[in-house]
Amino acid sequence: MWRKFDVAALRDAALAGLVAGALALPMLGFRLVDGVTGLTLAGHFDLVAWAVGLVFCGRLLIRLLPPLPALPALPARFGDLRLKAGWLLAGIALILPFLPFADRNLVDKATLVLIYIMLGWGLNIVVGLAGLLDLGFVAFYAVGAYSYALLSQTFGLSFWVCLPLAGLLSAGFGLALGFPVLRLRGDYLAIVTLGFGEIIRVILQNWQEVTGGPNGISGIERPSLFGLSFKAVAPEGQQSFAAFFGIDYSSEQRVIFLYFLILALALATNLFTLRIRRLPVGRAWEALREDEIACRSLGINPTTVKLSAFALGAMFAGFAGSFFATRQGFISPESFTFIESAVILAIVVLGGMGSQIGIVLAALLLVGLPEWFRELQQYRMLAFGGAMVLIMLWKPSGLLSHRAPTIRLGGNP
Amino acid sequence: MEYFLQQLINGLTLGAIYGLIAIGYTMVYGIIGMINFAHGEIYMLGSFISLIAFLAATTLGGTSVPLALLATLFATMIFTALWGWTVERVAYRPLRGAPRLAPLISAIGVSIVLQNFAQLAQGARVKPLPPVFHGGITLMSGEDFTVSLNWLQMIIMALTLVLMLGFTWVIGRTSLGRAQRATEQDMKMASLLGIDVDRIVSATFVMGAVLASVAGLMVTLYYGVIDFYIGFLAGIKAFTAAVLGGIGSLPGAMLGGLLIGLIEALWSGYFSIEYKDVATFGILVMVLLFRPTGLLGRPDVEKI
Amino acid sequence: MSEPPASGEALLDVDHVTMRFGGLFAVNDLSFSARSRQITAVIGPNGAGKTTLFNCITGFYKPQVGRLTLHHPQGPLLLERLDDHVISRRARVARTFQNIRLFARMSVLENLIVAQHTALMAASAFSLAGLLGLHRYRDAERRAVAKARHWLDRMALTGLADEAAGSLPYGHQRRLEIARAMCTDPLLLCLDEPAAGLNPRESAELNRLLRSIRDQDGIGLLLIEHDMSVVMEISDHVVVLDYGKKIAEGNPAEVKRDPAVIRAYLGEPDDADLPPEPTGSASC
Repeated sequence: MWRKFDVAALRDAALAGLVAGALALPMLGFRLVDGVTGLTLAGHFDLVAWAVGLVFCGRLLIRLLPPLPALPALPARFGDLRLKAGWLLAGIALILPFLPFADRNLVDKATLVLIYIMLGWGLNIVVGLAGLLDLGFVAFYAVGAYSYALLSQTFGLSFWVCLPLAGLLSAGFGLALGFPVLRLRGDYLAIVTLGFGEIIRVILQNWQEVTGGPNGISGIERPSLFGLSFKAVAPEGQQSFAAFFGIDYSSEQRVIFLYFLILALALATNLFTLRIRRLPVGRAWEALREDEIACRSLGINPTTVKLSAFALGAMFAGFAGSFFATRQGFISPESFTFIESAVILAIVVLGGMGSQIGIVLAALLLVGLPEWFRELQQYRMLAFGGAMVLIMLWKPSGLLSHRAPTIRLGGNP
Repeated sequence: MEYFLQQLINGLTLGAIYGLIAIGYTMVYGIIGMINFAHGEIYMLGSFISLIAFLAATTLGGTSVPLALLATLFATMIFTALWGWTVERVAYRPLRGAPRLAPLISAIGVSIVLQNFAQLAQGARVKPLPPVFHGGITLMSGEDFTVSLNWLQMIIMALTLVLMLGFTWVIGRTSLGRAQRATEQDMKMASLLGIDVDRIVSATFVMGAVLASVAGLMVTLYYGVIDFYIGFLAGIKAFTAAVLGGIGSLPGAMLGGLLIGLIEALWSGYFSIEYKDVATFGILVMVLLFRPTGLLGRPDVEKI
Repeated sequence: MSEPPASGEALLDVDHVTMRFGGLFAVNDLSFSARSRQITAVIGPNGAGKTTLFNCITGFYKPQVGRLTLHHPQGPLLLERLDDHVISRRARVARTFQNIRLFARMSVLENLIVAQHTALMAASAFSLAGLLGLHRYRDAERRAVAKARHWLDRMALTGLADEAAGSLPYGHQRRLEIARAMCTDPLLLCLDEPAAGLNPRESAELNRLLRSIRDQDGIGLLLIEHDMSVVMEISDHVVVLDYGKKIAEGNPAEVKRDPAVIRAYLGEPDDADLPPEPTGSASC
């Protein structure tokens, strides 16, 4: 005996399936094929049938199943749990290269994930803490990378000198870009920062004399550890790392060194963020995110507060960019597209916009996982986008968005 | 002089296309205060669907090109409108009361999904279409340059004019348009008066999608080559046009589109073609800094 | 912190201020004074221009005509020339809002610490001293927490110090907003309908609180209010607005009796509408 509810659910699912079919028909049902005489169409109506079927079943299930129980309210000790989890992850990260199953490939991938974690923590300052939607974060990443490359090649400075300089340049860039646009409302700010990101890319692509155009800059110096080079044979006037420690040379040494380098940089970003949230500047960021007008009524100048968030976020992106340049040895505008900004934003959003550990998990998920499943690589971006939409629909304020106060009346725990 | 006129004609044609896309942005922003990030991808889908529909029509239908084009036009409008409707229903409507970043991020997600969907479904390579229209009229002949206006350009401008008039009539004189204007001014009040706000918002998205789909069709025919990435760039430029003309204003969006098209054509013609996009973004920043209400827009007073 | 002007001295002078929105005169040639150590109430029917006036005083709107002078101990300041956040910082004018604007996801204590942002930034050299862990900042933060605690105690919110501000009951949120404004050490406290939504017991509490702020902290209070029990109870001076113009001014008793005020609130009987009085015997 069909319940009335079931019939309604069936009708709803049928309608959804029909819509899915209509949507799928032109784009999936037909495929543009390069034929001998030009474009022709090939029919793939089985795909349409699949789309209809999937949507029908999915919708039916959603209608018939009871709603998902809401996640139980996180206990007050959750903050404590997160701290412990943070220490655990940091510990694992420290010993990762020395674990028995760790090979060069693993360390390489971990290095990549750490770059994105650092970028996520950097963007978190702007989006998560200050609530400014920056869609052009990749521009600062690019400025950092190119500044490093140009400084090291033109002036022959070492990594340790170029790194802070590149960070400063990126921060300066952040100030210059931020100053005119930070009084714009959320949506407009988003689009303008997007535009800036694209402008930077176009300039990098076309300013041949300085940036090398589409060919980029190659032959970037690799970093050394206090003068100890990681090359097999040390260049003039330098000693090689292997020789200094009396061990055999192995190309893995540089890989491990780079890994610890980015780990240190990322941890520095994290410590900085944790510290600054307890300081007036950090609190002002969060207050601004909550209510700008209230901030103004308390004597807080929103422009300077926003600028500081923008500039600091840019600085960390600049550091990450320098590392990227020195790790690759070669950079080109192709690495600095809008997609990168979108990925970093996705990491921040999925991580809960403000949660440090959430960003680590999100980066592991979004960057680490596809690296391990190469065959699914082509679906990676599709899954990103879908995940962004789904997370917003499910929890509009982010996944791990429980916020612990930065100061307690009875003294900090 | 002749070169300038030619660029003018090219610019206006391009501008008409931008204007059609810009109207979608401005209407959606006007009614729910949100930038539909995915609108550029709707336009891109429109161009793909128009290409597929045209090929299907000519393969199946026979030899009559005008008939095939007409069928293509309707098919494009209907299917793209459906995409636009679905996007609003699935990704935006549930977030109407959510914190302001949420729908924006959802829109970015949708944009990424649609772009990659098109790439996966149809392949990453560009899709060429041999020109359907040939010839036109010659306006002027200079010493080494001829100013010509080809049939397709005329059709584009005529079609744009027809659509503009049609939509202005809908907005100004039908009950749907009245309901939409009311919802745009005060959504809560409109719903209290019995207007089905959800339906009006959906209708707005559909209208925007229809116009964007026509723009897609025009681009397919005019440039003869499309790929899954055209939505991104056109989207930013069309949004710039909407802001330039005054966000919320329909004639403003078209005016902005024409201006952007002209600026782009003249810049590429006289300065450098590589930096034409930079010029457009530069305009966006200038407008937002110095005249955020745009040319025809109304100032927005925030109640404290 | 420098002391506010002595009791009875003019603290805020509103001089022929006009605020126009297109053709609408929200505030029309308004002049009055608010004095230190006094509670001045601005009342009037809805739409009379009261919140607009507040927004002019606190810098969110800029009036087309007129002058707003704040008598700061270090010299008078013209508010119509200053940005809103500068007015708060330099002129020491604090305000609360009609629709409560707390930092909802931050704790009660954090709300009060943010209010002391300016002082903390100065003490920490824009947070650098804090980053380096210097004594200067730690001491400054301790002082800030002490001040916050003082106000928490006065508002009876101490037990809720670590709760999220947005989770507090309505009456508590109102008190917190006032506490937050007081943490900026203002000379003039502007309150926009502080009694809205409060029950009689809470209103009486509020009266007590505002009087204590006037007497203990010695500042001037300017308040917009509809609740006549609050206005009549505690105001020293009342200004009545209608359609943006001042129609009466004086102490509460005077204003209550003023025919213009009664007309504005209750309306005027329209003689033409009344049936003509029958002459002769009274009707039953």
